[in-house]
Amino acid sequence: MDDNSIEVKGLYKIFGPHGEKYIKAVQDGMSKDELNAKHNHVLGLKDINIHMPSAKIQVIMGLSGSGKSTMIRHINRLIEPTAGEVIYQGNDICQMSKADLQEFRRHKTAMVFQKFALLPHRTVIDNTLFGIELQGIGRAECEEQARHWLKRVGLEGFEDNYPNQLSGGMQQRVGLARALTNDADILLMDEAFSALDPLIRMDMQSILLELQEELHKTIVFITHDLDEALRLGDRIAILRDGAVIQQGTGQEIVLNPADAYISDFVKEVNRGRVIQVDTVMTEKGKRSKTSVESGTSLENVAKMFSDTGENTAKVVDADGKAIGGITMKATINAMVTPATH
Amino acid sequence: MMGLKDVLPDVMTEFPEMGRADIRDFKKGIDGAFKDFVREYGELIEGFFYPLKIFLSWFERLLVATPWPLMIIIFAVLVWLGARSWVIVVGTILASLLIGYLGMWEDMMKTLALISVSTFVCIAVGIPIGILMSKSDRMQSIIVPILDFMQTIPAFVYLIPVMMLLGIGKAPGLIAVCIYAMPPVIRLTDLGIRLVDKDVLEAADAFGASPSQKMFRVQLPLALPNLFAGVNQTIMMALAMVVVASLIGAQGLGSNVLKAVNNQYLTLGIMNGSAIVAIAIVFDRVSQKFGKRLQKHSETVHG
Ligand SMILES: Nc1ncnc2c1ncn2[C@@H]1O[C@H](COP(=O)(O)OP(=O)(O)O)[C@@H](O)[C@H]1O
Ligand SMILES: [Mg+2]
Repeated sequence: MDDNSIEVKGLYKIFGPHGEKYIKAVQDGMSKDELNAKHNHVLGLKDINIHMPSAKIQVIMGLSGSGKSTMIRHINRLIEPTAGEVIYQGNDICQMSKADLQEFRRHKTAMVFQKFALLPHRTVIDNTLFGIELQGIGRAECEEQARHWLKRVGLEGFEDNYPNQLSGGMQQRVGLARALTNDADILLMDEAFSALDPLIRMDMQSILLELQEELHKTIVFITHDLDEALRLGDRIAILRDGAVIQQGTGQEIVLNPADAYISDFVKEVNRGRVIQVDTVMTEKGKRSKTSVESGTSLENVAKMFSDTGENTAKVVDADGKAIGGITMKATINAMVTPATH
Repeated sequence: MMGLKDVLPDVMTEFPEMGRADIRDFKKGIDGAFKDFVREYGELIEGFFYPLKIFLSWFERLLVATPWPLMIIIFAVLVWLGARSWVIVVGTILASLLIGYLGMWEDMMKTLALISVSTFVCIAVGIPIGILMSKSDRMQSIIVPILDFMQTIPAFVYLIPVMMLLGIGKAPGLIAVCIYAMPPVIRLTDLGIRLVDKDVLEAADAFGASPSQKMFRVQLPLALPNLFAGVNQTIMMALAMVVVASLIGAQGLGSNVLKAVNNQYLTLGIMNGSAIVAIAIVFDRVSQKFGKRLQKHSETVHG
């Protein structure tokens, strides 16, 4: 399979007419506030280095104004970087010519937007085929593809409606179908579900995870919501004031928050759902009769203990081989102790 | 009592005018230069507008030569297609019958030909200008003052150069109407394109739209309701101009009004004036209904 990973290296973005003039100052440690006060330029991104793995979901998380939208727009270069590289399959996207960039956007990336950004004058199906229509594909083929993906996101029968006739959740399904119809390896989602009600949001997350099981796209998913980040993200990078302050798997971040800002974030998280048994298992209990599978969440382990009345269990890998043990005490401990700073 | 005038020095009480002879030379100089220009390029410019004149004459003859019952059927069908309203269709038929009965059929056809052709010209020239203007702020800052000037200067004033260049006749009448009526369609094309949602434009960019794809598939369609409001205003202004344009040879209802003014024919004036009003109402209703239909997609059904 192709390597569809994205490598962001030393990326800086300074908004303003002469951003490049202040790179040096920022590299030497000038803060966002200082840059704004002294030179009236806005520091958007500061030395971003992220390896976004192929065929996985990379979440970028942060509060409003932390630079998430700026970050994701560098991947299809809707925003020009001030310095740095974004490497995909050996090419630096930041160096592409206009024509190459257009081809790259048409064939390699597709984007889903927070405010949907559908074309109000086009019907659902005409919105869905917008991307491949731009590629110059014939009408019949376009329609076939669009119908297929509309069906996959649960919008069969709504083809001839206008976006304004649909609820927010349904509009974003159109947005998702439009992106999927493009058949691109990279899917960029900027707070795609943030505008939706909680229940509908969960629904959309499930649809996305389900599709990802078979599509294996490289997805860059922006959110300000930690629960969403933990549910979707294979890897998570946390931004603050335009800089990455921690990155890793959800578990790593919940177990070892890098600073007080992140501990604040993870305080409210349901740890039992995030932490997997592998992280807290020891040798103790390795020889128990009861077993749990590697990768089980602590919440489910606890439920198993309470259902069976056991106190210890062995942890087994996919082949049924014992790789460690877990006790009820360790489980409960890990579930209730928040990491402090 | 001593007035202020007695205290102040002469310079303040008498405006320091340019010398009488100087002013005469100044005006003569410009007039002379323009006349030279006309002598030099008049034929070329006339040649440039010649196809327009041919087209207008042909269209006028076509409308006049078409049997009136057929013409009324065509009106009814067009009005129905535009407005989808029986009231307006019936109103149009009654108004045309009345205008014909009162002996103004041929003049109405001439006026309609003039309005149609000038609207067509305004659209064909105005929309591209509006597009250019929307693409660059500098372009906008150059064109807006020109449009302001065109719309505020009394229409009679630019009849003079038009007449000097093209003489008296159909073509100069048409040009005068076009100059007067074109600004709204330019302005509203520009406005409509600039008002297109930034998020939607960004989406088009993200999917790799080329500049022309973006213009024709996103910006212009979304600007259409505004653009159409501009066309509506242009038609109204063209109608308002038919009387003035008849001063330099435009024919039809407008020239009858002019004749009525010159000879104090009250009834003739009212009849032809009312016919112009009737045409204006029909055009306005039809184009407004049509404009509303263009926006049908923005009706919210729920949420
Ligand atoms: N075009 C711009 N010009 C100036 N500043 C900008 C621009 N776009 C974004 N910013 C600033 O960059 C920072 C990051 O913005 P953004 O990436 O939109 O944050 P997020 O998506 O995380 O809410 C903010 O301080 C914002 O004000
Ligand atoms: Mg954002």
